[in-house]
Amino acid sequence: MAASSTNGFRVIGTRPIRHDGVDKVTGRAKYGADYAFPGMLHGKVLRSPHPHARIKSIKVDKALALPGVKAIVTAADLPELPDKMEAAGEQAVNLNHLSMNILARGKALYDGHPIAAVAATSPHIADEALRLIEVEYEVLPPVMTVEDAMKPGATILLPSLRNKEDGADKETNVAAHIQFKRGDVAEGFKQADYVIEREFKTAMVHQGYIEPHNAVGIYNADGHATIYCSTQGSFVVRGLSAVVLGISEGKIKVVPAEIGGGFGGKIPIYLEPLSVLLSMKTGHPVKMTMTRAEVLRATGPTSGSTIRCKMGATKDGKIVAAQCWLAYEAGAFPGSPVGSGAMTILAPYNIPNVLVDAYDVVVNRPKTAAYRAPGASNAAMASETVVDELAEKCGIDPLDMRLLNGVEEGTPQIVGPPFKRIGFKETLEAIKNSPHYQSRLTGANRGRGVASGFWFNVGLQSSAMVNLHTDGTVSVVIGSVDIGGTRAAQAMIAAEVLGVDINDVRPTIADTDSIGHTDVTAGSRTCFATGWAVYEAAQDCVRQLKERAARQWEKKPDEIVFENGTLSPAQPGGDIKPMSIKQIAPRLARTGGPIVGRATVNARSVGPAFASVCVDVEVDPDTGKTQILRATIAQDAGKAIHPSYVEGQMQGGMAQGLGWGLNEEYFYDDRGILRNTGLLDYRMPTCLDLPEIETAIVEVPTPGHPLGIRGVGEVSIVAPPAALANAIYHAVGVRMTELPMSPPRLLKAILKKRAAGEAQAAAAD
Amino acid sequence: MANKVIVETNINGDPVELLCEPRQSLLEVLRDVLELTGSKEGCLTGDCGACTVVIDGRPVCSCLMLGVEATGKKITTIEGLAAGASLHVLQQKFLENASLQCGICTPGFLMSAKALLDRNPNPTEAEIRYSLAGNLCRCTGYDKIVRAVTDAAAAMAGRGRPAHGTVPSETASGMAGEMLAKGEVK
Repeated sequence: MAASSTNGFRVIGTRPIRHDGVDKVTGRAKYGADYAFPGMLHGKVLRSPHPHARIKSIKVDKALALPGVKAIVTAADLPELPDKMEAAGEQAVNLNHLSMNILARGKALYDGHPIAAVAATSPHIADEALRLIEVEYEVLPPVMTVEDAMKPGATILLPSLRNKEDGADKETNVAAHIQFKRGDVAEGFKQADYVIEREFKTAMVHQGYIEPHNAVGIYNADGHATIYCSTQGSFVVRGLSAVVLGISEGKIKVVPAEIGGGFGGKIPIYLEPLSVLLSMKTGHPVKMTMTRAEVLRATGPTSGSTIRCKMGATKDGKIVAAQCWLAYEAGAFPGSPVGSGAMTILAPYNIPNVLVDAYDVVVNRPKTAAYRAPGASNAAMASETVVDELAEKCGIDPLDMRLLNGVEEGTPQIVGPPFKRIGFKETLEAIKNSPHYQSRLTGANRGRGVASGFWFNVGLQSSAMVNLHTDGTVSVVIGSVDIGGTRAAQAMIAAEVLGVDINDVRPTIADTDSIGHTDVTAGSRTCFATGWAVYEAAQDCVRQLKERAARQWEKKPDEIVFENGTLSPAQPGGDIKPMSIKQIAPRLARTGGPIVGRATVNARSVGPAFASVCVDVEVDPDTGKTQILRATIAQDAGKAIHPSYVEGQMQGGMAQGLGWGLNEEYFYDDRGILRNTGLLDYRMPTCLDLPEIETAIVEVPTPGHPLGIRGVGEVSIVAPPAALANAIYHAVGVRMTELPMSPPRLLKAILKKRAAGEAQAAAAD
Repeated sequence: MANKVIVETNINGDPVELLCEPRQSLLEVLRDVLELTGSKEGCLTGDCGACTVVIDGRPVCSCLMLGVEATGKKITTIEGLAAGASLHVLQQKFLENASLQCGICTPGFLMSAKALLDRNPNPTEAEIRYSLAGNLCRCTGYDKIVRAVTDAAAAMAGRGRPAHGTVPSETASGMAGEMLAKGEVK
């Protein structure tokens, strides 16, 4: 790769070919489902056909009698865990709920809830065995929406959930009520010249990774287990599986396979403990993979929601008050991302008077999992369309409205300390100056919309090792799985620090026995936190190299300079010749032994991310179909290590947001059964649905990070649904308040508006 | 009575004899019988394209075909795309353009793109998008995939890298569907 220097960097900011690339374009890369072991059995899961039912009995005799069936497990084979929050694998989880989602105990709580698991000599025999398991259910009424779940007298999902507000102690489906306040909203709205209040509904959607969940569990007679699986967090799999199985964490080794997409949905465990449990029972390795229908019915998704958003602004465009009410579907167990919805809904704006109420509500749907900036897209659909409406009322350009009210360094956050240096306004300026926003959009039924998004990002823990080999090449060992270019970025950071060629660095992702604890590849944290650890580990190498040179040259380490991969004395003189890494590496054995740079971080000074987007649409007024004509995203990356993969995160998140906005939706029927369990009916964007996605990387370095990196993985998904809604309004004059804005929904709104117009015209006649 | 059937076929240029159950899909046979795990399972219903292979010149979802139907066919899988140790130009362009993130859909895209370029060496962007619409990618937003295929076509024809990002909105790629409907592209 050309050593084109970018802002003083030699490697960072260039676009080398990823190190795992050849394996991935030749089919050699091993994903979880690609593993096979001698004597391996195949496991399958029996799932509840009812969204809410008491399990009265499970009879497995006939299934066990089928030739080739080796074992069947139910919740009776797992320890019953207490209904309490406990740290497991560095997460606080409700142990009982965790276990109950692996195998239902007593009650099935959603269509697709696992009831039993089978191991057999082939996947087909396992499938046949599932049909022979006899389960007697007492069907209970399902509770499918937050409105129904919150009604007084609603059917209760989990008797252990108690409402203790106002000193009462009642059964409830509301797992949590969160409130944030600032100033006095009633007074604030009095100052407003314009007040907009809208109610929004967003549908439950799935992360949609192309690779279904998988796991191979191998339990050995010595009590040790190994799990091969595609996961975003091998240490989470180890910790949570140990809890579910009732064995100690140290007895499980998790080997992270290549991962075929996750977007948050591959943080939870599903098959992992089952594969080990079946292996315990049979003595064989057991491989389990989900079908797409299982993925849609029982993993992911993220919450559908009901959101009310009221905002007031003065004539000159200053937003003076905002009040929001959010209720998110948690699924069958508590834990929707409504908290982050509540914390992000107003985060881009400096509003003096704020009141936000948020409710986490259990319903008979799958337990929701994180999905790329969890909770924030729902929230932004509400706030970013209301801001658009206010801008229109005030007669201000929607980007200027955001610039006028937008947060910047020093603005107090609604939750937390004042912002440090952030790049929100820079993303707005980037959109404003983009060829897209500068272009004129003409034509009937066409409209342009903008919107912005905020996401916290997280830091958390990472470990890294940098090994110097005798030929001067370097290996980087990390515990973060590579979900979209991680290896390349980590290798680039090491190459930058050590002054070596990017192709002389080999990045490796280690299993849980071979690297220190590393948190999930999620929260936009990997490049930020694992990158920080790699940076420090490479610096540790440099420190040791200086010691070696100092010893050889009979100087002190601080009298040695390391620059561009070469060691030299700070004070030139004598006959000392500078030494490159390539020169010193073969001599390590004679100068003190191997060099291993090590570092761990528990990164706290995380930099929040902002993105702003612009989309042009054309709406077919006869069908309600929206065609996206042009799309641009500007996002603050802090410092883009590998710009191609930063652009990839921006484009990918935007594409998911556009799908969320226009098409994607879970369809449950009256009985609470999911009706679109395939990718034909769960309609994600194809390349024919999307235009080229133009990108503008903004670089406002994160204070405190040695390279200024800001997480880039998530914020790109936040604004697109709202931007689409705003574009649709400007195209056909209807304000959409429901997601997705699919053709039937949009057509209904267009016809309603047309009918209202005709009625008005008739009245005027 | 034996359950399995002998299938004689040709995979990646080599004659292959295999034993499979009549109920096994071609994808299952490739992955579990022949250990060619480069073809991926994403849906088993022909909706995602991750299992795409090229059969007698046409891209086919190997999950929608039975293994026994492979008899007498010429099948190319992702394992047969590179010529020995040299990558196919599509593979090279996917790497140069950072066209993969997680990589699970990549084998399917490469095989669909190969089938496209074999029959149409100079496709327009709309034709590329139309031909790849049976392959789902959830990571990239398709932008860099389309660029890689455009670049590969140019490289194979001995042309330079085409300019990107200069398409005016009127003819932007999002209009591909309409262009197809109007017969502006094949």
